[in-house]
Amino acid sequence: MTKLVTRRSVMAAGAAGVAGTLTTLPVSMVKLAFAGTRDDVSFTYISDSHIQQIAGAKFVRNWDMGLKRAVAEANLIQPEVDFVMFGGDLAQLGKREELDHGAEMLSALKGKLHAVMGEHDYYLDLGEYWSKLYGPQWYSFDVKGVHFIVLNSILTTDEWTFHRWPSAERRMLEMAGLDNPNGSPFMVGEKQRKWLADDLSKVSKDTPIVVFSHSPLQKIYKGWNFWTDDAEEVQALLSTFKNVNVIYGHVHQIQYNQIGAIAFNSVMATSWPWPYPSTYAQAESHLPVLTVPMNRADPFFERDATGWQLIDVNSGRVTARYQLWDNDSRIVGFDPAQGHPVDKTYQDPTRRKIAQAHY
Amino acid sequence: MRQQIAAVAFVMALTGTSALADEFKKTDVARWQEEYDSVAKKGRELWTSGAVGTNGVACAQCHPNAANTHPETYPKFQKQLGKVAQLWEMVNWCIRNPLQGQPLAADDPKMTALLAYIHSERRGVKLEPGKH
Repeated sequence: MTKLVTRRSVMAAGAAGVAGTLTTLPVSMVKLAFAGTRDDVSFTYISDSHIQQIAGAKFVRNWDMGLKRAVAEANLIQPEVDFVMFGGDLAQLGKREELDHGAEMLSALKGKLHAVMGEHDYYLDLGEYWSKLYGPQWYSFDVKGVHFIVLNSILTTDEWTFHRWPSAERRMLEMAGLDNPNGSPFMVGEKQRKWLADDLSKVSKDTPIVVFSHSPLQKIYKGWNFWTDDAEEVQALLSTFKNVNVIYGHVHQIQYNQIGAIAFNSVMATSWPWPYPSTYAQAESHLPVLTVPMNRADPFFERDATGWQLIDVNSGRVTARYQLWDNDSRIVGFDPAQGHPVDKTYQDPTRRKIAQAHY
Repeated sequence: MRQQIAAVAFVMALTGTSALADEFKKTDVARWQEEYDSVAKKGRELWTSGAVGTNGVACAQCHPNAANTHPETYPKFQKQLGKVAQLWEMVNWCIRNPLQGQPLAADDPKMTALLAYIHSERRGVKLEPGKH
């Protein structure tokens, strides 16, 4: 299949200090040695497919094909991963038809599937149908000594949710527009933060923690809702642990950051890419300083700047391997020496590709 | 008589009339701004509604606030079109492909509205042709 094995990705894996038979192994098979103290955990991550109904059984082809391709490629991973994550926004307008169509494609995945709630799945029926398909909207589970937490971070105030809009459809449409000033900032909310505090109280401070959310759990750019309003409160709950990773969808681009002990990694969308907020010059953005924006050779091309990722949790820290279609694969992993995630190839400014500059 | 009128008209053209042609008032500026804003507003409606396509996909899904459209860099070589193209031609590429719609004429009022919206989001931003 396509670009799972490329000379560049294998070389990048080699540069990252990987043991293995580099001539035959795809990069996704390669793992860092873990000193024999614990098994490695790995999972595939697919996100933001935005399955969009046109009419009846007709759906937008581009978004369908992105999800199908990600599922097919993820199924090729050997050895098999511990589980599969879907990062939210399975549907575009929260319709049953969209959720069913997306769920049918995801049903082809091998292994256990966990899903995160996205705002596009939620604001039509407030998560009712999604929950029938995927269960609770927040919960935790343990795999090989790592504590995984799934949060619903796209909630907002009761006033906005229940009292502002004449219909559920209108509410969904208002939240679906990224740059819509009628939208509302996302929140985890008090109820869920109490649950999180209680969940964390049962976990040792040394246990590696991985939190899955849809919105970033940090404040990047409010104008496009790259934002979680109670981010600081959630971060405060997580900050007492030695080793915390937050993995989020929603932003359709590669971002990474470090706040205290918490390392942040975003994941790609399979539907369409979004520009970096700093490219919109009318407003200030807070794109993390660590993030090296990916070079988009051709942002209009159907599949450029979209993809999926294989994520390893080694030494309790996340290494995200971005499988990018029509763009170079990227690896963002935690650098213990620097104490934050780095792009394994491009963090050094002298090695970066120059941004597209043509006319 | 006819010669006299022509002479008077010529003198006016040299003096009073030509000065008046460059004169505009705050009400003129306000009117022009209002016309522009109303067309740009129509452009945002088209941009966010998907009305120029057939599959429900809207321009704003990939380009919030018309970001990543870089109007000041056109005309430029556009890989998808295989030639140096103008912005309206690129807009039509997007209408035909992701939006699965019919291309608009260059002077279609809808195209004018879309371009007005794109430009309105770049107002006051430094022009850097070739940068993006």
